[in-house]
Amino acid sequence: MSATRRSVAAPLGHLAERRVLVPKPTPKRFYSHGIPGIDLEKLTGKLIVIEGADGSGRSTQIARLVQWLEGCGHATVQVGLKRSTLVSEELEQAKQGNILSHITMSLFYATDFADQLENIILPALKAGFMVLADRYIYTLMVRDLVRSMDEVWLKNLYGIALVPDAVFYLNVSPEQLVQRNFLKNQTLDYWESGMDIGLSRDMFDCFLQYQALVEKQFRRLQSTYGFTIINGERSAEDINAELQERIESVLVGK
Amino acid sequence: MKTFAELNFPGRLVAVEGLDGSGKSTQIYLLKRWLELQSLKVFFSEWNSSDLVKNATSKGKKRELLTPTTFSLIHATDFADRYERQLVPLLRAGYIVLCDRYIFTAFARDTVRGCPPKWVRGIYNFAALPDLTFFFKADLEVSLHRILDGRPELKYFEAGMDLRLSADPYESFRIFQGRILEQYLAMSTEFDFLVIDANQRVEAQQSLVRQLVSGRINLSKYVLPK
Repeated sequence: MSATRRSVAAPLGHLAERRVLVPKPTPKRFYSHGIPGIDLEKLTGKLIVIEGADGSGRSTQIARLVQWLEGCGHATVQVGLKRSTLVSEELEQAKQGNILSHITMSLFYATDFADQLENIILPALKAGFMVLADRYIYTLMVRDLVRSMDEVWLKNLYGIALVPDAVFYLNVSPEQLVQRNFLKNQTLDYWESGMDIGLSRDMFDCFLQYQALVEKQFRRLQSTYGFTIINGERSAEDINAELQERIESVLVGK
Repeated sequence: MKTFAELNFPGRLVAVEGLDGSGKSTQIYLLKRWLELQSLKVFFSEWNSSDLVKNATSKGKKRELLTPTTFSLIHATDFADRYERQLVPLLRAGYIVLCDRYIFTAFARDTVRGCPPKWVRGIYNFAALPDLTFFFKADLEVSLHRILDGRPELKYFEAGMDLRLSADPYESFRIFQGRILEQYLAMSTEFDFLVIDANQRVEAQQSLVRQLVSGRINLSKYVLPK
C-alpha cells in the first residue's frame, strides 16, 4: 500500500526538488583482468543491471527506472544483449537459422557484449551516466551452464566484464512466465524454451523444465556474484518502488 | 592440451604458421596438392573464413570498429565455428586437415595487441593441438619485402594501425610484424613447432615438409574410399 502511494508521489516530489543529488563515486573493478587501458578511477557513473527471464518484467522496470532517474536529474544510457553495432545482425541471423554450435554462439555473444562494454558502457560511466543494463554476463553464463559448458572457461571469458554497482534478478516462477508469455505472444520462444537442448519434444514441458534449470543456475551464481533477488511476482509499481529504494542507496554510495 | 592423435581421433591436423609473406600459404597449397594426387582424404581450412562470422569481421575491419578485445573475440568466434562444424567432424571421419593458421596466430597477434596471454589461451582451450605445426621462419626483412615490394594498400588492422605504432602504415606494419615474430619464436619450443627455414627456395622447403609429413603420419591410412 505504502509502496503504491510512494511511486505516485515520488516523481512529483522530485520535480519540486531543484537540487540534484550527485552520486557518490565508489571504487570499481573488473571481474578479472578486464579491458586494457581503462582507468577505473575515472568511472564515476553507476552500472545497474536487471536480470531475469523473458516475461519477468525487465523492460517495464527499466523504462520506469529511466523515467525516475531522469526526473531526479541523472543522465541514463541503456544497453542489452544483442544490441552491438558490430555483430547484432549476424547474431540474429545465426539464432534464426540455429546453425552455430555452442562454443561459437557463446563467443559470438561475448563479442557482442565486449563491443557494448567498450563502446557504450565504459565511456558512459566515464561521463558519469547511470547505465541500465537489460541483462548482463550472468544470463549469458547461465544459458551456457545449462548447456553444460565449462564454468572455468566462461569465467575466464567474462573476466573482461566490469563488476556492476548493483544487480537485480527479477525472479518469476516458470509457471508464471508461461502465463505472462501468452499475454504478450502467440507462441513460446524457441530459445527461451531451450528447444535446442531437447529436454522434451513438447514445447510447453520444455519451457517449464528449461526455465527451472535456468533459475537453478541463477541461484547458484548468486552466491558467487551476490545479486539481489527481487520477487518479480508482484505489481510493477511495488517492484519499482523496491528497485528505486535500493538504487537510492547505490547513489549515495552504500 | 592434447593433439588430435593423443585424443584418439582417426584424422590428423597439420597447421602452418608464420608471418605474412613467409610463404606458408604456398607451402601448404603444395602439400595439399601432393596429398590429393595420392588420392588421400584431405581438407584445407583457412583462418577467418567462416561465412557467417566473416561478415561481421569484415564490417568491423572496414569501419574500424574493433578493439583488441573484440578483435580477439570475433576471430575466436570464427575459429570456433570452423572448429565445431568443420574440423572436428572431418577429423572424426579420418581426414587429414590442413590449416592455414591455427590458434597460434591468435596467441601471437592478440598478445601483441595487448590482450592478456592467459585470457586468450583460456578462450582457445576448447581446441586440441595440431599433430604437426610447421613454422615458416623467414628473416623479418625477407617477409617484409615479399609483402611491401609491390607497395600494396595495407589494410588498417593488417598493418597494426590500431596499435598506434606509427602514423605511416608501412612503418607500422614493420614494427607490428617484428613483434609478432617475437611471439612466435617464444612459443616455438612450448608447442613443438617444426621450424622451416623460409629463406630457402620453395622446392627445398616443400621437400622438407613432405618428408616430415610422411615420416610422422602413416599416409596409407588416409586413402579415399573407392
